[in-house]
Amino acid sequence: MTDPVVEAVEVVKWLGRGAAQVQALKGVSLALRGGELTLLMGPSGSGKTTLLSILGCMLTPTHGAVRLGGRSTEGAGAEELARIRREHVGFVFQSYHLFPTLTATDNVRLALDVRGENSVRAVAKAKDALAMVGLAHKTNAFPLELSGGEQQRVAIARAIVGHPSAVLADEPTASLDGENGNAIMKLLAEIAKDSSRGVLVVAHDTRILPFADRVVHIEDGRIIREERGEAALAKNEGQCARHDHAENHERVENKA
Amino acid sequence: MSLIYRLASRNLLHDRLRFVATVVGIVFSIVLVMVQLGLYLGFGRIVTTMIDHAAADLWIMPPGTKCFEDPSTLDERARFQALSINGVAQAAPVVIGYADWRIPAGGTFPIFIVGSDLREGGLLPWNVVEGSIEALAIPGAVAVDRSYFDRLGVDAIGANAEIRGQKVEVRAVTNGIRSFTTTPYVFTTLDRARAFTGTAANKATYFQVRVAPGADVESVRDRLRASLSDVDVLTTAEFRDRSRSFWLFGTGAGFALFAGALLGLIVGTVIVAQTLYSSTKDHINEFATLRAIGSSSLYIHKVIICQALISAAIGFCLAAAIGLIVVAATADTALPIVMTPALTLVLFFLTLVMCVISAVAAIVQVTRIDPVMVFTR
Repeated sequence: MTDPVVEAVEVVKWLGRGAAQVQALKGVSLALRGGELTLLMGPSGSGKTTLLSILGCMLTPTHGAVRLGGRSTEGAGAEELARIRREHVGFVFQSYHLFPTLTATDNVRLALDVRGENSVRAVAKAKDALAMVGLAHKTNAFPLELSGGEQQRVAIARAIVGHPSAVLADEPTASLDGENGNAIMKLLAEIAKDSSRGVLVVAHDTRILPFADRVVHIEDGRIIREERGEAALAKNEGQCARHDHAENHERVENKA
Repeated sequence: MSLIYRLASRNLLHDRLRFVATVVGIVFSIVLVMVQLGLYLGFGRIVTTMIDHAAADLWIMPPGTKCFEDPSTLDERARFQALSINGVAQAAPVVIGYADWRIPAGGTFPIFIVGSDLREGGLLPWNVVEGSIEALAIPGAVAVDRSYFDRLGVDAIGANAEIRGQKVEVRAVTNGIRSFTTTPYVFTTLDRARAFTGTAANKATYFQVRVAPGADVESVRDRLRASLSDVDVLTTAEFRDRSRSFWLFGTGAGFALFAGALLGLIVGTVIVAQTLYSSTKDHINEFATLRAIGSSSLYIHKVIICQALISAAIGFCLAAAIGLIVVAATADTALPIVMTPALTLVLFFLTLVMCVISAVAAIVQVTRIDPVMVFTR
């Protein structure tokens, strides 16, 4: 088994202050491995986004450790965490967070620009990344000229252009219709095939289960179950079938 | 090329109305500063115009003389003592003083008499456009500037008037010798100046010293100071500084001009700070995204400072254009606004500093950005 690209060990996170303080994570351990798409699922308020933020070095744990590429982030200040993010992590957000005044190419280039890469080569890299997500023909388009699915593709291109070891996606299909959502998940699954890169997708939409190599269930700040993608899919299909059967049975009884 | 400039310019132009307001604020502020500092320079120049045009290396004057227009007098003995000092080639007397100009049609106006010996030089009119300096030797001859024709009730060379009951005739006309006090200068001979101002025949206001060829001006000054009692001896540069310092700071005029300039800078800083702050607030999501994808604080600060500098450059160019119009419009007035290359550079630098200082509030705001907010928006 490969070493984890990013790993949380016994992470505890308290959020808020005083009476409003809540324990969002209660000792969570999770390793994200290269060549794998991990789906993090759970109800609202279960701690999914907090865990994603900690794995992506946007938040620091109250207790526990986070390791990226085998190195602990303990004691890192805001600037050091920013450096780790720009070198090791690519983010995909639910609402894309593209810059409306920049073209698709420049939006992608930003991820390189913040790393100090601003040569002509950076433009070529950005265009390559857009071609990789199927937008070679939209390089000069502004976000408002793109559909939701296309905007999310630009966001994915921005996330991968710097070759990060971890791509963290927060509900990347939540703002998209089924068809576009599937296309985005297919793209993320494709990206996850690279053995040097792990992909973590936070979602609660079970329709994306077929794309997962591994599914992690979180509830009330704790990981309650981990399973392979196929197993989760089979279980979900079984539950759906039982649900359909129960509904049909109820309908027949009502008719009678 | 880095995207910093592109991000900054697009952020600015995204809300054009606000951008226009920012630029107008900068223009208003810089034009105000330009006018105040231009007036300061113009005032500083005009108050020493007589000293600047005198052919003197050193000035002997009554002790405590504050400025050229101070009409106290010296005894002629000081002149002869000065001429006996090694290194002194000439000590030309100059008599100044206030008098009344009476025109034949009636009415009197205050004037400022400047009298010098035509053979020895001293302080003779310059920029003579009609008549000649030599014509001042004619009895009753005076020289006036044509910008004061209306005020003096004359319309051409040969016009008559009266000063202290004595008939005078305009025999030379100058161009551009204006007084910031609005009292016209009237040039004449030494004797006539004494007569017009009631100065005794053995008195003069200044003795203008020319040093002998090869003599060191400061050494001669020191020798004069050591030998003459109860007088001040200053080099032309020292007299210019003393005069300028009296009019600019002794009267409070300079402080008022600086206060106006400072006010302009404060107004400009507040306007630019306010617009940059609200622009940053509007783009807070984008700055949080930048932070989330790993940009350093410095990168974001550069974007904001770049916004400030773009605003500064555009604002300054427009202000400079307006400034040039103002300079041209006041060129022929008693107190022209002066723009020099050095002042232009200073103003450009001030504009940049003002805009960068204005960016501080916005920078403080983005420094506090929590990148996690990208998940909640």
